[in-house]
Amino acid sequence: MEIKSSNWVVKPVWILFKDLKSEMRNRYALNTIVMFALTTLTVVSFSIGGFSLNSRITSSLFWLVIFFSSMSGLAQVFVKEEESKTVNLLKLTASPGTVLVGKLLFNLVLLLVLEVVIVPLFIIWMNLSILNLPLFFAVLLLGSLGLVCSTTIIAAIISKSHIKGALLAVLSFPILLPLLIAGIDGTRLSLESHDFSAGFGDLGLLGSYVVVMFTASILLFDFVWNE
Amino acid sequence: MFWKIVLLIWMSVVIVAIFLLPPPQLQLGEVSRIFFFHVPMAWVAVLAFLLSFIYSILYLREKDLIYDNRAKTAARLGLLFTVLATISGSIFAKAGWGSFWNWDPRETSIFILLLIYGAYFALRSAVDSEEKEASLSSVYAILAFLTVPFLVFVIPRVYQSLHPNDSVISSSLRLQMSPAILITFLASMIGFTGLFVWIFKLETRVNRLMDESKEG
Repeated sequence: MEIKSSNWVVKPVWILFKDLKSEMRNRYALNTIVMFALTTLTVVSFSIGGFSLNSRITSSLFWLVIFFSSMSGLAQVFVKEEESKTVNLLKLTASPGTVLVGKLLFNLVLLLVLEVVIVPLFIIWMNLSILNLPLFFAVLLLGSLGLVCSTTIIAAIISKSHIKGALLAVLSFPILLPLLIAGIDGTRLSLESHDFSAGFGDLGLLGSYVVVMFTASILLFDFVWNE
Repeated sequence: MFWKIVLLIWMSVVIVAIFLLPPPQLQLGEVSRIFFFHVPMAWVAVLAFLLSFIYSILYLREKDLIYDNRAKTAARLGLLFTVLATISGSIFAKAGWGSFWNWDPRETSIFILLLIYGAYFALRSAVDSEEKEASLSSVYAILAFLTVPFLVFVIPRVYQSLHPNDSVISSSLRLQMSPAILITFLASMIGFTGLFVWIFKLETRVNRLMDESKEG
């Protein structure tokens, strides 16, 4: 038995490792999400062909690809537990809060792996010149964090319903909209100007979105998990 | 019974007054009267959203299905008034700005409200047991409400507004309103709020009776 206070650090990491391990066995979520992103990106890139787009459209397309790809795979964390009937075991071994944080970390890892594949490809295919790399990555990182915070709790909600597939995008979109708008705006700024401070407004919004959604998820997760 | 009659008379007087009392606005002419329907409808839509949020919190605290019933009813009426506000606003926009839809910040926000309600009912219909449906949709309603402040800040940054700069509540515009307009407007606000409260009470009672008859 470990010490109580370390529970919040150790337990989520355990759950993260457990999920990573089972993911490594079949790579179901990873394959889906990366292939989906690749397909979307190819469609976007094909349809544009040789045209060069302005930065506003490019950044919208960029976030669209990330949004729809994450919709295809991020629900898997909870749906998997329901389908393989391992929920009750998980309920016995860990408190709701630690489960949520563990699942959140797993989704974050998944999304970051996706971005490692997709961002360089996007930059090459769309012929992007990013003027402000630090801002670009700051927006991307905070945006991903916010995306993961919202989708993880919604994934938990839909894992309890009986149409699991299509519901995630429907439920997530209105909640993610402020994040997407701020993310698109921040990415556009990083393509247009060298000035890092221009993005402070968007970064602030993204940051507070992360804080609010994370806190709300922790508070509300109990009601979803023990349903 | 007494309040229903008062409400009936009040709404009738308000509707007649809207067409007779305020003078037509300079640029818009007679079309400007939509304002007295459109703004109260939008206000009721937001009020319903707030009520649904409050009852969702109450449900999660008390686990009493009465609160879920109220949250659901508020959301349903909210959806109705959101649609009404969107349609009336769209007609108003066609007359005032030349096109039915412009992705003005408030059009965007009301559209997101529609999406939220749609998602809320999609979730409700996708769950089989009643308690499960109640807590899952409560959690979703709370999450959805928390994004509203962000929308208020984030949307005007990206989209330009066509709506009057000062909101209706702000003092500078109130000074511009002539007494006839102001009185009609406030009366209409009160009338629509009363209408909402009445339908809300009726609807929750019907729902409760239906639940009871199902059990009995």
